[in-house]
Amino acid sequence: MGRTSSTKEDAGALFHSLRSAYAATPVNLKIIDLYVGFAIFTALIQVVYMAMVGSFPFNSFLSGVLSCVGTAVLAVCLRIQVNKENKEFKDLPPERAFADFVLCNLVLHLVIMNFLG
Amino acid sequence: MARRLTGFLVLLLVVSICEAAFLFQPISDSHRSAALELFTPDHGSFKSLEETYEALRTFQILGIEKKPDLTATACRSISETVGSSSSTAKDFFYALKANGIAECKIDKNASKGIISRLNAAVSGASSLLDFYYSVGGLVLIKDQSSEADVHLADADGVFRSVKAFSQSDGRWRYSSNNPESSAFAAGIALEALAGTVSLASSEIDQSLISTLKNDIIKLFDSIEKYDDGALYFDDKLVDGHEYQGPLSTTSSVLRGLTAFAAVTAENLNLPGDKMLGLAKFFLGIGVPGDAKDFFNQIDSLACLESNRVSIPLILSFPSTVLSLTRKDSLKVGVSTVLGSEVPSVTVRLVGAFASGSKDASLVESQELNFDKTSGLHILNDLPKSIDVGSYTFVFEVVLHEPEPEEFYFTGSQTKVPISVTGLIKIENSEIAVLDSDLGNIESQKTLDLAGKNAISLSANHLQKLRLSFQLTTPRGRSFKPHQVFLKLRHESKVEHIFVVGNSGKQFEIVLNFLGLVEKFFYLSGKYDMELTVGDAAMENSLLVAIGHIELDLPEAPEKAPRPPPQPVDPYSRYGPKAEITHIFRAPEKRPPQELSLVFLGLTILPLLGFLIGLLRLGVNLKNFPTKPVPATFAILFHVGIGAVLLLYVFFWVKLDLFQTLKLLGFLGVFLVFVGHRILSHLAAASAKLKSA
Repeated sequence: MGRTSSTKEDAGALFHSLRSAYAATPVNLKIIDLYVGFAIFTALIQVVYMAMVGSFPFNSFLSGVLSCVGTAVLAVCLRIQVNKENKEFKDLPPERAFADFVLCNLVLHLVIMNFLG
Repeated sequence: MARRLTGFLVLLLVVSICEAAFLFQPISDSHRSAALELFTPDHGSFKSLEETYEALRTFQILGIEKKPDLTATACRSISETVGSSSSTAKDFFYALKANGIAECKIDKNASKGIISRLNAAVSGASSLLDFYYSVGGLVLIKDQSSEADVHLADADGVFRSVKAFSQSDGRWRYSSNNPESSAFAAGIALEALAGTVSLASSEIDQSLISTLKNDIIKLFDSIEKYDDGALYFDDKLVDGHEYQGPLSTTSSVLRGLTAFAAVTAENLNLPGDKMLGLAKFFLGIGVPGDAKDFFNQIDSLACLESNRVSIPLILSFPSTVLSLTRKDSLKVGVSTVLGSEVPSVTVRLVGAFASGSKDASLVESQELNFDKTSGLHILNDLPKSIDVGSYTFVFEVVLHEPEPEEFYFTGSQTKVPISVTGLIKIENSEIAVLDSDLGNIESQKTLDLAGKNAISLSANHLQKLRLSFQLTTPRGRSFKPHQVFLKLRHESKVEHIFVVGNSGKQFEIVLNFLGLVEKFFYLSGKYDMELTVGDAAMENSLLVAIGHIELDLPEAPEKAPRPPPQPVDPYSRYGPKAEITHIFRAPEKRPPQELSLVFLGLTILPLLGFLIGLLRLGVNLKNFPTKPVPATFAILFHVGIGAVLLLYVFFWVKLDLFQTLKLLGFLGVFLVFVGHRILSHLAAASAKLKSA
């Protein structure tokens, strides 16, 4: 019993330290995280819908999910490039990274729209 | 007249039903209805007076009631023509001809004017047709008006100048400078000469008349003949527009002959069978479909009926098929070509021959009884020697009073095809299965070929099948029908047909299955049997299913022939194919609409969460450029992205890839430009901030 409570406390301490560590993250990275979360959740909802009613317009399902997943991946890439602690992207200005992100998204969604049917 | 006609109509109706190749029937009701159809005025009147005359004349001959409006319109155009100063001799001729039937009133002064003008035309005539129309017109007006002074001053001269066109073979030329001669022109010339004779104030030179008689006889020497005895005149096809065809030519000659015979007291010495041949020609063409041909036919027949040379008599038959079983009597009607009554005659049956045989006559000459009520000559009982079959009967018509015999001509003998039918007695019909070796009867059954049979037999390949029956005619003689077949049909539709032979009355066929095994393709099993006995003269021809026989044949050896493939029903081969129904993939099951809408709402939830999260993070737009130029670029950048996304929506909804890419190219260049400007501005700003 005591052990369980100590596990709970440990977990609580772990979460607490995680939250405090995350609080130090810059706001622009937090925005990107939020965006990634938004994309992933949207993809999840579509997967659930597919599980319930079947995959009939399969290309529509795929394009919907891949649109979310793709943009999430691109957002993750953007986050990597924007993060100042990543030394290898030190010389890359965040504006340039954002321009890449916009361009990739436009290309991705052109393909997605073509595939949507 | 009308009552006599209606009496005949009943007879003619019956007459028109029967048909035979060499049988000539008098004019009947079918001609009357055809006449009413052919001579239909166009908008109330005919195209010309010639057509009007033809219509009126045809109706008059056929006894069709004249329509008052037809006569009225005819009278109007007649008086127009008569009164007109531009009318030619031909116009006068047809106007007067039509007037002869329509009986309109012609002004006395007008007729005087016509007479003088026609007289002038006669003296100025140079061609055959000129003479024909002018002389013909004078004859007509002499008949119609009370003027007694219509005559030709120089009839002899006119006669000679018309005669000058004649040729040595009896044909005539149209004019002196036209070398071609024709029989059609001969008819016209005869009519013109007849008119000249009747208009002559003094007697015409008799030597001229007798040379003309010789011409007519020469003309009749050139008459042509069909196989059925019909005679006709025809011109050699020399000149397209003057060629008239046999019907017009024959008709013209006949009209001329009748007209000439009417004015001369002499006997023309033309044999009656020539006139009968001409009658056969006109009757043999049936009902012509052309108004002109129709008029020629009817007018010629009227000439034949009323001429002074000889009037042919035609035998007609209510039926040429007689049944021995019903005891039909042989009925013969005698009438003229137009179907009117004739003086009392006796019809004799002088001979009867079985078709195709040249044997002596089967009957003795006998007289047919005249039945006054029906107007038919009847032979009540067919002679005993006449049995079922087809025959040629020979009739002879004899006039009772010798006085008019010069005029009526009956033909020496008339041959008529007659079919005699009857019920054939079928007796002793039985079917049996025999043992092959000894001929012992294994099983025997009696058949009733008139009724239904359901015989069931069985045999093996060592046995025989025997079918026998007897056929007897009503007169008790043997009868050999055209077709006597036994047909065996296997279950697999393979058929075998056997001809049943006969010896006298007895018909018998024996099928030895041992010899037929190969022909039957070793097919064991049930065979349906069908017997056909058929003949045109057999009233009870039959095609009966007898029953079936179960055959037990040996197994087929290796090399045995296979049964031929059964012919495919042509209907199934060339007929319509089965309808093709397209099977479409069933539409996928779609989720209920409510569920989809719920999930549409659910997908918005993360977006809401995203926006709430942004608010929680305290995101703001303070970094948005405040200077006008960068702010413009910033706004344009966002508008550009929005425009590209909107373009994607249009791509999804209606545009195709090429249109989208084209627009995207322009938008992309713009976006790159403004994006580069705003982002480099932001980068410069942040660099300034860093360095500061």
